[in-house]
Amino acid sequence: MTGELGQLALCLALALALMQAFAGFYGASNGNLRVMAMGRGASLGSFVFVGLAFFTLMFAYIASDFSVLAVAENSHTAKPLIYKISGVWGNHEGSMVLWILILGAYSAAIAMTQPTGAEYGTRLASRALGVQGLIAIAFLLFILLTSDPFERYFPPPFEGSGLNPLLQDPGLAFHPPLLYVGYVGLSAAFSFAAAALLDSRNDAMWVRAARPFALVAWTALTLGIAAGSWWAYYTLGWGGFWFWDPVENASLMPWMIATALIHSMMATERTGAFKSWTLLLAITAFSFSLIGTFLVRSGVLNSVHAFANDPERGLFILMILVVAITLPLILFAWRAPKLTPGAPFDVVSRETGILINNLILTASAAIILTGTLYPLVLDALTGAKISVGPPYYASTVVPLLAVLAMAMPLGPIILWKRGNLLPTLYALRYAGAAGLVALLAALAIARPVTVLGVLAAGLGVWLIFGAATELLRRSGSFRRLGRVGAAGWSVTLAHAGLGVVALGCVGAGVWRTEVIEVVAPGSSMAIAGYELRLDSTQQVQGPNYTADRATITVLSGGREITKIYPEKRNYQAEQMVTTWSSIRTTIVSDLYVTLADPRDGGGWVVRAYVNPLAPFIWIGAIIMGIAGFIAVGGRIAAHARAKRTAAAEAVAEAAE
Amino acid sequence: MNPRKQRRLAFAITLLLAGGGAAGLAVFALQDNVLFFYSPSDIVDHPEKVPSGRVFRIGGLVEKGSVQRDTGLDVKFVVTDGKNAVPVNYSGVLPDLFREGQGIVALGTRDSAGVFKASEVLAKHDETYMPPEVVDALKRAGKWKEGEGPL
Repeated sequence: MTGELGQLALCLALALALMQAFAGFYGASNGNLRVMAMGRGASLGSFVFVGLAFFTLMFAYIASDFSVLAVAENSHTAKPLIYKISGVWGNHEGSMVLWILILGAYSAAIAMTQPTGAEYGTRLASRALGVQGLIAIAFLLFILLTSDPFERYFPPPFEGSGLNPLLQDPGLAFHPPLLYVGYVGLSAAFSFAAAALLDSRNDAMWVRAARPFALVAWTALTLGIAAGSWWAYYTLGWGGFWFWDPVENASLMPWMIATALIHSMMATERTGAFKSWTLLLAITAFSFSLIGTFLVRSGVLNSVHAFANDPERGLFILMILVVAITLPLILFAWRAPKLTPGAPFDVVSRETGILINNLILTASAAIILTGTLYPLVLDALTGAKISVGPPYYASTVVPLLAVLAMAMPLGPIILWKRGNLLPTLYALRYAGAAGLVALLAALAIARPVTVLGVLAAGLGVWLIFGAATELLRRSGSFRRLGRVGAAGWSVTLAHAGLGVVALGCVGAGVWRTEVIEVVAPGSSMAIAGYELRLDSTQQVQGPNYTADRATITVLSGGREITKIYPEKRNYQAEQMVTTWSSIRTTIVSDLYVTLADPRDGGGWVVRAYVNPLAPFIWIGAIIMGIAGFIAVGGRIAAHARAKRTAAAEAVAEAAE
Repeated sequence: MNPRKQRRLAFAITLLLAGGGAAGLAVFALQDNVLFFYSPSDIVDHPEKVPSGRVFRIGGLVEKGSVQRDTGLDVKFVVTDGKNAVPVNYSGVLPDLFREGQGIVALGTRDSAGVFKASEVLAKHDETYMPPEVVDALKRAGKWKEGEGPL
């Protein structure tokens, strides 16, 4: 019964989304406040019904209702509760329901935060809700027609077939929801851009409304990508954190465009520069989200994330994608030339800095897209099966990002409109010196020596010190750091966080040590100053798996530091073996040990890595995420202050 | 030309240069970093098509009974598409889902004796998933039944 309830809720959500789209556009074009209010109400209602469907589905998982096909295929009674819950989005159908739930949440947020009076902002938000409604209609139809999460299964099996053990991990609770909050959040910026293009007034007002949503999306994408990379790092047992897998690329491309977008929005809001370019970026960013959804959900790609697929779904998303990209672009081509240009700026100015940022990031996204799609295109044209590996990205995207990192600390210091290069460089003299010292230190100490490694070490430190320089300049002195506003802190933390990430990537990517050896119980292997002694292995029983667990003593200079327990797990329900690696971290370095297979004669293959600076990758990403929260929080606080002031003024006026 | 037009032109030229530069970089890098895929039948029937000394990918099913491990890290096995088979040598840790009868893709070079020296072996992360290249290789060898899997 509950399954049918969920389906009914999805149908009602679809009906309300139709109303949201119609009322949103119709109300705005007639300036009818009541119709616009109806559109807002419909978007709240649609959100509530999608939420009902989502919780119905979650209930089916928790109760192990195997008469629902998706539950029977992806769950199991012996699975711990947290994985029954997060397992809801561990498959195609459920993850699409989560996608649409988050879309509904953004629509509801637009409906509740935007103006409702007779001003232009109301019309703008109403049209934006109309566009959101259209997106919701497309994806609700997609779910109902091709990927029904509540499809019945008769007769219900006695036991479900379980969830892929790699997904039975706390990572599943965070990584996909965060990524979706990011992907789908870009729809809000897209909708406001489309709404602005639809209005005859067509100015840059939309940027002010859309910017907080873009910031939320960027923050969530940053954290979501980092969570995914951390998850891959500790579960896949290969000691790597980024594989240039097509699906990773599918998340990195929207992140790059979103980063370009939040910078370009800053310029547009501040000086009116790049008005049409910002519109184009907002459209592009969401298009990249949809491209990502298409690549992951259509099964055209070969990836960890590819669930069993059918081509019908791919075709449906491709259709949504084509419409969602072409319609706004036509609108853009028609309306953008009528925009009034912003204030002029010199070649040396912050606008130019943002231009460099935008060019490099969009070029990088284009290069990644080329590498991701090239195998598909070549296969379709010639039938040749090829793949594009990490060296392609390392030789194209990485150098471009290095150029970006060189320019980054200058951006927030140089003045808007008319800057001066020499004083800016002079202000950064200490950061430059620190970067140079780091570069020389890397050259002297770190092995192996590669151009990229040495350069990235210098650039990482240059970014961190450059960001600190900017913060000190803004505050005037250490004592006045408290007076630096949210905007200042968020810029500093975001740029410094990226520097920390860069150091982590070069440490774990370039300076890692790997040793694989067959170790007999009682004997040891050596890696980078550590001695690993295999004390014993034994069979242990987990909640839904059995495992071979090794007890390994880690020694350094003959002294015992700690004991670690890597496992090889065997999940009975899924008949799958996974590696449970042990990571001992000192924050500046990770010792990463995995137990591979047994060998004749009682020995075990043990694989160990020492990954210097690896934790910096995720620490840096968290710093960037905090920067995002501060930026969003600062804007909300400023908005509330402005509202209070306006209310107080109105009261004062009324009193007079 | 008025200053506004001038600026627009400068903006457009910058965009074009950046776009062209990125495209050039991508094309240049693609030439050197593309990995070709060959099935066992491609290698046995048309060895001239397979470049010697260059890294490429091979894929198929791990032949039943072919996996030989010694006491060290070396592993030998045979990859087959049902029609032809290629011996593979590998030293290191095989993926968790590597087993006989399973579809795999390996990365490496071929030596003069016709043995494929793998530097990397990939199996998929899901027991029901078959790499599309392997499906294609089996189809071409006539050893794949649509909707059912390998024969």
